[in-house]
Amino acid sequence: MSFYETLRHFADSYALIVMFALFGLLCLYPFRSGAGERNHHAANSIFKGADDGDQ
Amino acid sequence: MQAEAALSRTILWGLLAFLALAVGLAAADAGFAAHAAIVGLVCLSLMITSAAKFDPTSRLNTFFKVPESPSHYDDEPIRWGVIATMFWGLAGLAAGLFIALQLTWPQLNVEPYLNFGRLRPLHTSAVIFAFGGNALIATSYYVVQRTCRTQLAFPGLARFVFWGYQLFIVLAATGYLLGVTQSKEYAEPEWYVDLWLTIVWVCYLIVFVGTLARRREPHIYVANWFYLAFIVTVAMLHVVNNLSLPVSLLGAKSYSLYAGVQDALVQWWYGHNAVGFFLTAGFLAMMYYFVPKQAERPIYSYRLSIIHFWSLIFLYIWAGPHHLHYTALPDWAQTLGMVFSIMLWMPSWGGMINGLMTLNGAWDKIRTDPVIRMMVMALAFYGMSTFEGPMLSIRAVNGLSHYTDWTIGHVHSGALGWNGLITFACVYFLVPRLWKRERMYSLRMINWHFWLATLGIVFYAASMWVAGIQQGLMWREYGADGYLVWSFADTVAAMFPMYVLRAFGGLLYVSGAILMSYNIWMTLAGKQREEKAMIDAAYDPEKDRPITDPEPTAVPAE
Repeated sequence: MSFYETLRHFADSYALIVMFALFGLLCLYPFRSGAGERNHHAANSIFKGADDGDQ
Repeated sequence: MQAEAALSRTILWGLLAFLALAVGLAAADAGFAAHAAIVGLVCLSLMITSAAKFDPTSRLNTFFKVPESPSHYDDEPIRWGVIATMFWGLAGLAAGLFIALQLTWPQLNVEPYLNFGRLRPLHTSAVIFAFGGNALIATSYYVVQRTCRTQLAFPGLARFVFWGYQLFIVLAATGYLLGVTQSKEYAEPEWYVDLWLTIVWVCYLIVFVGTLARRREPHIYVANWFYLAFIVTVAMLHVVNNLSLPVSLLGAKSYSLYAGVQDALVQWWYGHNAVGFFLTAGFLAMMYYFVPKQAERPIYSYRLSIIHFWSLIFLYIWAGPHHLHYTALPDWAQTLGMVFSIMLWMPSWGGMINGLMTLNGAWDKIRTDPVIRMMVMALAFYGMSTFEGPMLSIRAVNGLSHYTDWTIGHVHSGALGWNGLITFACVYFLVPRLWKRERMYSLRMINWHFWLATLGIVFYAASMWVAGIQQGLMWREYGADGYLVWSFADTVAAMFPMYVLRAFGGLLYVSGAILMSYNIWMTLAGKQREEKAMIDAAYDPEKDRPITDPEPTAVPAE
């Protein structure tokens, strides 16, 4: 098998599985139990403090 | 000690100016010599300023307005960035209007410097990199400081990023007019300008990551994720796409390291991800901060914003090959690009819904707040163009649409509708806050700007749909004898009314931007226009009285 073919087979199998699993995990991460409060806090964090352009 | 430092600085700029002069004299071509002259002039003016502005009692910091204490945000480069955004925006839109008129009336081509071929990259680079880029730098500096509750890291470097980026814009723009180009779409600047941008961009990354590293807020707000993705990916795209070998070290011309279809694929891997990470991820960062701030409500779903982020990152990078349907590119690569483009529809709409639903429970703001109205229209155009894009990426549809004005219409519904309107809205948000004004000079002018821009886009997109589909159908029409029915010139002549309408749409859009510039100008002058408020529920003091009749005329219900 040429170097290109080796890489193609790797990309079409293991690399694809790893990338897809990584994507799935990253998307599921904010849905872990106990994350709701953190998400709420993060979404509201931009309203803390004055924002008149200075302080 | 300070005097010595100032003296050595002056000498350094002088030496650099001299070096630039020498390079200009030894240059292999006129374009390179002109660019050396520009760099020399910059060094010379810096030499004169360092000498003339020297004041032993003050520090350099006062000249660059670096904040004295950490209790203030470092807003000076943001103010410059907002002004630069407006300046380059007007220049880029005016260039766009002019080339639209050139397409309508070719007599307007002034050879050689102001013909369509040279002005078109000037227009695209001015609106994408000069207008959009300055907006991204300015808003990222603003957002990262506010969300991290800390001052900008490396203030000197942050200022270098701003001015270095302006030098890149000037070198790119003058290069196009002088005929210096490496002929890669959206990456036209030659090798030495690319190297300069790489330096500036790495400094930008250092400033941004440095600020994130010193944050006082434990969580990094999602807008910063999008900004960081934009900065990192654009660096990668820029370096890989521009790998080339200059013919001479003192000449502008260079040749790409890639050849043939590989060069084409690298170019469109770059080109489409410039759309995905410069014009989408970066501007979504603006959306995720400024829409909730203006609506005074948190983002509809923080979870959705994270899924939106990762989906864009994982999907966008594969979509580039859809620009090369029916070419020498292998079929599997074309299909890959098409499939990933169609999958992109989901995260794009997820993001649009997330932005729009932020207004849930406060939809009345669309009626009363022209800035919110602009943001909502921007999100609507984001949704429309990210629906149209995947559709155009389907090979069969692309067979009709590619090389026609449909593509141009699609790009402009995204660029004018999404990027333009969201940038204008953010600038309207920023100006009163950055310059400590109570409000913009006129809210009604923002409303006028909104309608001028929206109508302009409608004229633009609608005329280009008609033009593009007409072109596509004329190009592929065979007669009974098996010959093509129309010559290319026939299709060009058929476009004329559509081109006039497109130019009219552009005129409306430019007019809106001019109105905005006037509004900002007056706001900076500290004025407020006396005008009727945007909110106006009916009130009649005559009717606002109790009933005084002796006998109640109506019998109360039991």
